[in-house]
Amino acid sequence: MKMLPRLFYQYRKMLKVIRNFLLVAGPGVIVMVADNDAGGITTYTATGAQYGLHLLWFLVLLGPVAYYVQEMTVRLGAVTKRGHAEAIFSAFGSFWGWFSLLDLVATDWLTMITEFIGMTAAMSIFHIPPLVTILVCWLIMGTMIMSGRYWTWEKITLLLCVANLIYIPAAFFVQPSVSDIFRNSVIPHLPPGGLTNALFFMLMANIGTTIAPWMLFFQQSSVVDKAMQEKDIKFGKVDTAIGAVLTVVVAMVLIIVYGQPMNDAAEAAVKLMPYSKFIGTVVAIGLFDAGLLGAVCISLASSWAFGEVFGWAHSLNNKIKEAPWFYAYYFFDLLLAGTVVMIPGAPLVLITLFVQVIATTLLPAALVFLILLLNDKRTMGEHVNTAWENIANISIVVAVIVTSTLYGISTVFPNLFK
Amino acid sequence: MFGRFFRITLANVREINKRYVKPEIEMSRWVKFALLSLRCYLILLVGLLLYKFISILRG
Repeated sequence: MKMLPRLFYQYRKMLKVIRNFLLVAGPGVIVMVADNDAGGITTYTATGAQYGLHLLWFLVLLGPVAYYVQEMTVRLGAVTKRGHAEAIFSAFGSFWGWFSLLDLVATDWLTMITEFIGMTAAMSIFHIPPLVTILVCWLIMGTMIMSGRYWTWEKITLLLCVANLIYIPAAFFVQPSVSDIFRNSVIPHLPPGGLTNALFFMLMANIGTTIAPWMLFFQQSSVVDKAMQEKDIKFGKVDTAIGAVLTVVVAMVLIIVYGQPMNDAAEAAVKLMPYSKFIGTVVAIGLFDAGLLGAVCISLASSWAFGEVFGWAHSLNNKIKEAPWFYAYYFFDLLLAGTVVMIPGAPLVLITLFVQVIATTLLPAALVFLILLLNDKRTMGEHVNTAWENIANISIVVAVIVTSTLYGISTVFPNLFK
Repeated sequence: MFGRFFRITLANVREINKRYVKPEIEMSRWVKFALLSLRCYLILLVGLLLYKFISILRG
């Protein structure tokens, strides 16, 4: 007889946990899904086109990497109640602070350009001129943040995240070989041709699109803006883990869908259209959504960072007149990136891949700061990195540094890995 | 107008530099070593990327 009340109690308890999780969830899923932005999609397209399914294992590996890196920002934000830029300025002084901020501004601005290129390319499939696409994007992105409430912005952005999953059904239409996918996902191997400069470039582009500096700044500032507390850290970790799974699944689907000779995501949409109009449309809408999601998050990451450092009011809970500089920078970023895209003849794939590579070479700095901050007992208290977290994170940093350095050397000695 | 904007920005930058003049993190040997390594790495990487960029521009 006592069984029923106990079950009911457990049920109520679980409902409460789920409700609390849903209240806290958001930043992790958003940052991870936004990670599959227009640049990311183009990178995965190029990866699939050049190496087929051979690098699927690498993406599977990048899932935990992204989780371990992003999870640290949840703890740092919830404990210090400071955004990432402010945390670096405070901990390491103004030299490293300015370096990080300028690094963020440069990579964010370049990445924003790729988002607009992606969006205009996607809409050109439906014969919508770039100017119209850019104007509509400015309007949507402006409207999204003008509510003066973080929650409203987060809900709208989560809807865009759901739309990003539109690629998943497309993979079923392509009817890939399950055994090939499984084999290429679990067995690490080099594609035919072995270790070449092109492969290095592609691996770095994939690292750059999966873990990028803007993601660290964005998630930590988002956690602070959402007023997450230390007690929310465990939910924040789950939120980030779900996001990491989603980002890897979408990335793998993209490689599976695009695993045929194509230059970019827009061309993929055009080529897939006759095969199945549905897939072509899905790819185009997905690319537009990815660009929109990326542009919103990246622009916010910079605005939050500037707000923290310059001491401007910098919350999405502020109205425009309460935080004029924060919103002004957000719009300035959008306007500048959109305007640059209207210059004709921009080489989409080259710019996109170059941005990812730049982001990767600057990533070690951001990761080193993060690890040092997370090991500072005075700042982090009981949430300081554990030995296992340090092993995982230091391994990630070493791997990124080795890959970046090898890439750098291969640019000077192009025949070294041929 | 631009002059005023730059003057205000410069004043802000000076104020920020003053505010964050002393790093809060405990400068242990490990932290010092990590920051020094980072400087070396960045000098190397940025140098290599600049070299690549200039060589691309020169065709």
